[in-house]
Amino acid sequence: MPEERIVGIDLGTTNSLVAYMEGETPVVIPGEDGSNLVPSVVALTKGESGEHILVGNRARKHLIETPDRAIYSVKRLMGRGVEDVQHELKLFPFRLDHTQPGEVLRIRLGERTFTPPEISAYVLLQLKANAERYFHAPITKAVITVPAYFNDAQRQATKDAARIAGIEVLRLVNEPTAAALAYGLDKQKDGIIAVYDLGGGTFDISILKLHEGIFEVIATNGDTHLGGDDIDNVLIGIALEDILGDMKLDLRRNGEAVQPIRKAVIDAKVALSSQPSAKLDVALPGGQRYQREITREQFEELIEPIIQKTVAPTKQALADAKIKPEDIDETVLVGGSTRIPRVRALVKELFRREPHTELNPDEVVALGAAVQAQILAGGSKTTEDMLLLDVTPLSLGIEAMGGVVAKIIHRNSTVPASATEHFTTAVEGQTNVAIHVLQGERELASDCRSLARFDLKGIPPMPAGMPRIEVKFLIDANGILHVSAREQRSGKEAQIEVKPTYGLTDEQVEQMIIASFDHAQEDFGKRQVIEARVEADNILLAVAKGRKAPAWEQLTADEKRRVDLLEIELKEATTGEDYKTIRAAIDALNEGTMRLAELMMDSAVSSAIQGKTMTGADAELGSGPTAPHPIAPAEFEHKR
Amino acid sequence: MHPVVPNPETLSAQTCWSCLREVEKAAHFCAHCRKLQPPADSDYFSFFGLQRRLNIDLNALEKEFYRLSRLLHPDVYARATPGEQQWSTQKSSLLNDAYRTLRDPIARTEYLLELEGVKLEEQSRAATDEARAHGTQKQQVVPPDLLEEVFELNMQLEEMRMSKKMGERDEQVAKDLESARSRFEQMLAASNDELRNLWNEWDQVIAAAAAAEDPQRVGVRDKMVALLNRRSYVRNLVRDVNQTLET
Repeated sequence: MPEERIVGIDLGTTNSLVAYMEGETPVVIPGEDGSNLVPSVVALTKGESGEHILVGNRARKHLIETPDRAIYSVKRLMGRGVEDVQHELKLFPFRLDHTQPGEVLRIRLGERTFTPPEISAYVLLQLKANAERYFHAPITKAVITVPAYFNDAQRQATKDAARIAGIEVLRLVNEPTAAALAYGLDKQKDGIIAVYDLGGGTFDISILKLHEGIFEVIATNGDTHLGGDDIDNVLIGIALEDILGDMKLDLRRNGEAVQPIRKAVIDAKVALSSQPSAKLDVALPGGQRYQREITREQFEELIEPIIQKTVAPTKQALADAKIKPEDIDETVLVGGSTRIPRVRALVKELFRREPHTELNPDEVVALGAAVQAQILAGGSKTTEDMLLLDVTPLSLGIEAMGGVVAKIIHRNSTVPASATEHFTTAVEGQTNVAIHVLQGERELASDCRSLARFDLKGIPPMPAGMPRIEVKFLIDANGILHVSAREQRSGKEAQIEVKPTYGLTDEQVEQMIIASFDHAQEDFGKRQVIEARVEADNILLAVAKGRKAPAWEQLTADEKRRVDLLEIELKEATTGEDYKTIRAAIDALNEGTMRLAELMMDSAVSSAIQGKTMTGADAELGSGPTAPHPIAPAEFEHKR
Repeated sequence: MHPVVPNPETLSAQTCWSCLREVEKAAHFCAHCRKLQPPADSDYFSFFGLQRRLNIDLNALEKEFYRLSRLLHPDVYARATPGEQQWSTQKSSLLNDAYRTLRDPIARTEYLLELEGVKLEEQSRAATDEARAHGTQKQQVVPPDLLEEVFELNMQLEEMRMSKKMGERDEQVAKDLESARSRFEQMLAASNDELRNLWNEWDQVIAAAAAAEDPQRVGVRDKMVALLNRRSYVRNLVRDVNQTLET
């Protein structure tokens, strides 16, 4: 039976995409509206038929019509606490519910509140639905990309989002690395490449070494709060000041009025990549219009401080990689913001060479994710020699006495990476030891990102300093930390209690999965239909094979006619949208082909087995349905 | 974050978990069924199948790193059993840790000395981290031949800091510090050559299959410890001078 298809997902700040490998070529899967990009916008609508969650282009108009019921750029809040989003709160219309420091954020949409992973889960559900619609089959496994500079909490939040959406993440891949994979398919050439990725909300720079299909990241750096959003905010700020100065109209606290301005400046920004000037023309509350022309020169001057922020991380990555700009063989541009001519010019200055832009900067990350998905699925002719060796972007440390950080895994270490540390007690009879794990480059714990606090419990009572607790820290291939501990003198596994600083507990995620299904009855129904169709395809295929088997000729004319009829009925049922009808037709065909299945089994294993079905017989004979039907869930025949 | 599931090490290290036939100890794969084997206790040198020698062919090391990566990386086991996935993650982390340590001359030497049972002195990188981990001030043991020079340097550093506090910059002291810095940098460069000589000595001792307590082996070992201590001491001095000159 063919394995389930694995898709590649780019869960972006501004737009999200889903892609897969069509043979040897990665392809983006369009949505129902034909668009490759799903805007990462989620809206909660309330109508006569109850609440609905809208995602993507359908949600986008709600940003303007009901801004308190819609949200964009939620990626900026993933894995973050209330104390480190104060800056974003000034610039983005996020409405937070009461959140304590150290807790996961809660965002208000209308009457309800959601955590950032839940909002992202809705975007993922839309991508999943798009893929399922495209393949007529359930999709439950994916490779999802994250900014290379995402810390553990941000990665974990992304994984949680997937779980809430019913997607198993086979690998989190760093966005610039994924882009390198997509480019690497075209030119299997060895050398050093730099990927400059300036998206809607994040900036990454990665330096990779390509060697006979191995993509080895040697250094990465970035800023998870830098991107096109910041450019929009500068332009919005100027517009609001203009409006206040010229028209004495203060719209700074008026979310509804700001959204049309935001849309206008984004249009202007996009236009300025191809035109020397652009016009802003926005209707304001009270009937006035805000009109202004902006030249590319003015625009470039305004955004210069923002794009200059990419220089320091780029230089740091080069220094960490121990290479000079002239050692770089190729430069690749990723992210919508790299369409801006001034950004391209800056990259050219930094690396002293013309960057590659052959692949669409909005799509290249998703395409790379699809490539990685195929590698994980076992590879193809093109990908079988490809292997990604990525690094952890931030140093991992533990808090020591005096609030300083002792680094145990340094940044740019190839993952998986591990470190073993030993701890002891300070007081006689002490049975608990608290460990504070941090991520970051600074010397003081208070300047680093707190990942979690662990309590090592159940240490056998001993004099101070006697216990020897070995704690193993392991960063896996997704960049996510795992911790295990053992008291060496007693050989006892110490218990670890994990308190993720900004994350969700397993129980919380579990609850959200159920909660999301409550509000996704419609999705669930569609899913049932898809699953039933797959099952129908399988049995139809098995029956088609059965017709060619010698056993077919042993059936009576009546039995054959009955099979013909039931087959037509099932085919008819699959064109409808009612999974119960399809299921009933499947059952009927299974029933009607029982004797055929038995005859086939008899000839194969020479023992009659009661209750065999066609698909069962087919699988038993060692020739499960194969192409042309490309997808089938692994264990469908046990579901009833 | 999730705790790592404890290793299911119920099977003897000598038996393949999959085909139950005999497997060579610490082998990555079963010779019969080619299945990945659980991680075994192994040091970085033996993980790469190397003797404990300090002269390493870095090109060959890189090649072996790539070869083993292709065999052990978790991507290769995405469709394997959860046990194999976990082993591949553990083995890959060991491979990466080993490669990172062995390709760096100083880290490699420090690691070998640790294997030889040496607790490196206060100035070593590991000791600095450990001192930090315990919140204690790292003790500075001055190499005897540097005593006089370090005394003078500390005076100059103090003078420089004082004058900076006053918002001035004493050009003469700055010049002295710069020349002291270039002297120390030369020392660092020279210590690299010395270290290489000691590597050769060590490798000869190992080639002669000297026992762990062999006086020659212990002798070279102690010389390397002294050199590394001196080296990290000088490196810290350079760092201090840089900090004082910069800020």
